[in-house]
Amino acid sequence: MAMPYYVSPEQMMQDKAEYAKKGIAKGRSIIAMEYFDGILLTADNPSASLHKVSEIYDNIAFAGAGKYSEFENLRKAGIRHADLKGFMYSREDVTGRSLANGYSQSLGTVFSQEMKPLEVEILVVQAGTNSHPNEIYRISFDGSIIDEKNVAVIGGRAEAVQTILKEKSSSQAPSLDAALKLCVTALEQTANQKLQPEGLEVAVLDRTRIGRKFRRVSVSDIRRILSP
Amino acid sequence: MLAIKYQDGVVIAGDRRATEGFQIAERRIEKVFKIDEWSAMAIAGAAGPCIEMAKLFQTELEHYEKLEGMALSCEGKANKLGQMVKANLPMVFQGLVVMPLYVGYDVTRAEGRIFKYDITGGRYEESDYHAIGSGGKDARNTMREHFRKNLSESDGLKLALLSLYNAADDDVGTGGPDLIRGIYPTAKFVNAQGITDVVDDMLKAVYDEMMTARRSRET
Repeated sequence: MAMPYYVSPEQMMQDKAEYAKKGIAKGRSIIAMEYFDGILLTADNPSASLHKVSEIYDNIAFAGAGKYSEFENLRKAGIRHADLKGFMYSREDVTGRSLANGYSQSLGTVFSQEMKPLEVEILVVQAGTNSHPNEIYRISFDGSIIDEKNVAVIGGRAEAVQTILKEKSSSQAPSLDAALKLCVTALEQTANQKLQPEGLEVAVLDRTRIGRKFRRVSVSDIRRILSP
Repeated sequence: MLAIKYQDGVVIAGDRRATEGFQIAERRIEKVFKIDEWSAMAIAGAAGPCIEMAKLFQTELEHYEKLEGMALSCEGKANKLGQMVKANLPMVFQGLVVMPLYVGYDVTRAEGRIFKYDITGGRYEESDYHAIGSGGKDARNTMREHFRKNLSESDGLKLALLSLYNAADDDVGTGGPDLIRGIYPTAKFVNAQGITDVVDDMLKAVYDEMMTARRSRET
């Protein structure tokens, strides 16, 4: 008689988590850092057209690490959620917190109920306006959600990057130029190689802008800022 | 509501009157909307569905831009609006007409463009100017007489405001400048710089000059 084999829930969760972590570890890192006028998002991304960082709504942005197709689906779902809510209610009712909760729910459900967990780690960031503080949420493959302060890192070598940033960051919010330099230094140190401006994807949520706060920083601007 | 091409792009303008039968329902309604960074639309018809369509159109374009990572082409946006007008056709039989006038700056062609529609969603591009709404014909009459190619920005604005003024003169549905309350038409420039609102002071200056000229004719 064939024995129906048994796997304990603990073992199953552990296996899934290991699988997801392995997938994410292959990717490069993305940093979200608060700066004087908002939030800076810096990604080590050699592709100029496949974005890891994207606009969600007026003052909300998204960053995804891991499997592109999977976080791209999450990004689109987020934009749909935000636009629908903004149309039905009002633009100010679209919040990063509710979006992050939505992501946490769907990632959590997939992790516990599907055979294969999503191999992604995502950031939902909201630039605070009208003297509200910025919000940075990091959401893991299992749906766990962490409310970060000042800086958050996702992707392959997240912890190493975070350690470097912690060492070098000051208590005051840096200028955009200083923040970008700091982020690129941290990425270069962990990757052990010099990063070219073309290989960086940089965007900001700039609260001084009118209307939509999201802006991509062009390669020429990155080069100008990074030039010594 | 009207749009006129000038040397740098298009000027789009509209009066501020909303009517309810023979009554004035609203003196300050906005009928010209900025849709995105490069386009604006003016509306004529039933106010509720008109404003809803403008809002939905704004959301649709922004949604597309964020999902795809790039904005729709000027032509693509004009076609999208045509589909929305077509979708409203059943409501037209209930008496709720929505008639847009769409203007955009085509970044690839580096020129302003004007699109008019019919109730079935048919989309037609105008080469020089167009006007819609109850006073549309009156406004078009003025524009036909005074329009030339490559108007300067200020001449384009002056012609737009003159055409609106003449439309208000002959049509009960079109509101003129309200000098007592200080309510002036809405006007926007659509050009390579994006969408720029014409400020009230500038509108007032144009009207003051126009009034003085008219007054001198009456004596």
